[in-house]
Amino acid sequence: MTEEDFQAKPTHDLPVVLEFIESRIPHVRGEILKNEIILWTIRDHIVEVLKNLRDHPDLRMQQLIDITALDTPSEPERFTVVYQLLSLAKNQRVRVKLTTDENMAVPSVVSVYSTANWFERETWDMFGVMFAGHPDHRRILTDYGFEGHPLRKDFPLTGYVEVRYSEEEKRVVYEPVKLTQDFRVFDNLSPWEGMTDIQLPGDEKAAQPKVGWKPAEKM
Amino acid sequence: MSELAKIETETQIKPYTMNFGPQHPAAHGVLRLVLEMDGEVVERADPHIGLLHRGTEKLIEYKTYMQAVPYFDRLDYVSPMNQEHAFALATEKLLGVTAPLRAQYIRVLFCELTRILNHILNVTTFALDVGAITPALWGFEEREKGMEFYDRVCGARLHANYFRPGGVSQDLPSGLIDDMWEWTENFPKTLNDLDNLLTENRIFKQRTVDIGVVSKEQALDWGFTGPMIRASGLAWDLRKSQPYDVYDRMEFDIPTSQSGDCYARYLVRMEEMRQSLKIMRQCLKDMPQGPVKVNDYKISAPPRAEMKRSMEALIHHFKLFTEGYHVPAGETYTAVEAPKGEFGVYLVSNGTNRPERCRIRAPGFAHLQGLDFMSKGHLLADTVSIIGSMDIVFGEIDR
Repeated sequence: MTEEDFQAKPTHDLPVVLEFIESRIPHVRGEILKNEIILWTIRDHIVEVLKNLRDHPDLRMQQLIDITALDTPSEPERFTVVYQLLSLAKNQRVRVKLTTDENMAVPSVVSVYSTANWFERETWDMFGVMFAGHPDHRRILTDYGFEGHPLRKDFPLTGYVEVRYSEEEKRVVYEPVKLTQDFRVFDNLSPWEGMTDIQLPGDEKAAQPKVGWKPAEKM
Repeated sequence: MSELAKIETETQIKPYTMNFGPQHPAAHGVLRLVLEMDGEVVERADPHIGLLHRGTEKLIEYKTYMQAVPYFDRLDYVSPMNQEHAFALATEKLLGVTAPLRAQYIRVLFCELTRILNHILNVTTFALDVGAITPALWGFEEREKGMEFYDRVCGARLHANYFRPGGVSQDLPSGLIDDMWEWTENFPKTLNDLDNLLTENRIFKQRTVDIGVVSKEQALDWGFTGPMIRASGLAWDLRKSQPYDVYDRMEFDIPTSQSGDCYARYLVRMEEMRQSLKIMRQCLKDMPQGPVKVNDYKISAPPRAEMKRSMEALIHHFKLFTEGYHVPAGETYTAVEAPKGEFGVYLVSNGTNRPERCRIRAPGFAHLQGLDFMSKGHLLADTVSIIGSMDIVFGEIDR
């Protein structure tokens, strides 16, 4: 396929576009899910990959729409950093992904897209993903002096501290979260949830149903 | 030393840092701006955001898909339905369902109504920021009428919770179409009044023309979308380029401007309101009869009347409102053209009844980031104009 062919196709044939990207942009491996192109790369190449995607005359990913992350604590590299790119000229979206963990910094792409600045700050704030070479590596959404990264799966929904105005001290004070009732999560997968660990008298035979619902896992 | 020289040395102003907000009427919410000033001139603007951070994305991970919808009303609280639309479309994509045609028309109709309401708010409060109080008084009356339509269709004036994955929650009440048509006939009068008050107003132009100029390259580099990028000369609109629902059947134009200043953004929004009216009229005229949600009781609730008679319908209702529906594992990034720009939802499902991750891409977040380069070298009062013209709402920026 030549470069002219790609331009002549306004209705994008995604496998063709993906093949084109894989042949022209080094260090990426792609897949198509739900009619959306996903490119996998690794940390060390992200700046180069985004630069190539932006500057290639037949791709022209002019805009970085979003940067975010996913947390999968069971994986060896728990975070997946996700970049959403958009080409206005070609009317095409591409998602670039890479994995990292708490200790390995991802090279910052602020030099390629200025808008990455705040999106990387937010990803750092929410997940604790570090970005190497970021010009302004501060938290952005959470409170001044906040500890922890709220969108990690092991961060509790209720958080750790709560604030109130103290009339005695005449200032806002931070205290550990006190709930008047335990925080409960119902997954509602079974209407009998909450009864799964109780042995009802006369119900011994039903303890291990052969078919049907399974006892819900405690969250 | 002469007396004159002494005064000169004393009155010399050193560069200083100024705190703007978070409680300031021109900050449009809870924006705290740390400004490094050289006299009256802004050298650097450092927005401190997050004062309205509620952890929406985290909360949605603990809710079923249906329970997640109301959170979208509370992001950009002046354009709630457009954001529900993004989430509904993303969920529908993962579920592999399409809303019935009537539901799509209703959604487009209300998205455009919302766009008008949003732009009225922005244009009039922007005028208020630069010194004109009358537009706000006149514009809010029309907003009130628009919110009455909200009220009639879903029972709430602001937090609608009306669009659902698979359609809308209920059909239009009788008479609403006629009343909305009448409103589309009367509203241009108010729009013309606003036009007369502002467009050629000398003071308004002095405060906005050539203020906060954004070039095409800057708009792309900083991830600007919506009226912000159209005012810089790029005719980019997701309703045209990546149409969703029945936008591909609608006939409308994309207003653009070349200058990229605050005045251009005002003009683009004014014209967008007229185009939205055009789309609303097409929807009202062409809307077909039919169901307003998918005919699958595993996804949308059965009618209440049926629940009283059919055991099966009752079970479906019970399961839907406790367990919710399970969404097949997968991920999608679905974006809509919200009044402020590209509003996207990156939804990751793990096959259960709750999302694994629901990332919300808010247009205002990228726009506010541009405040630093836009206000550099301008006066403090111009920063207020720039903030007004960016159309920022902290519900969506802080999430």
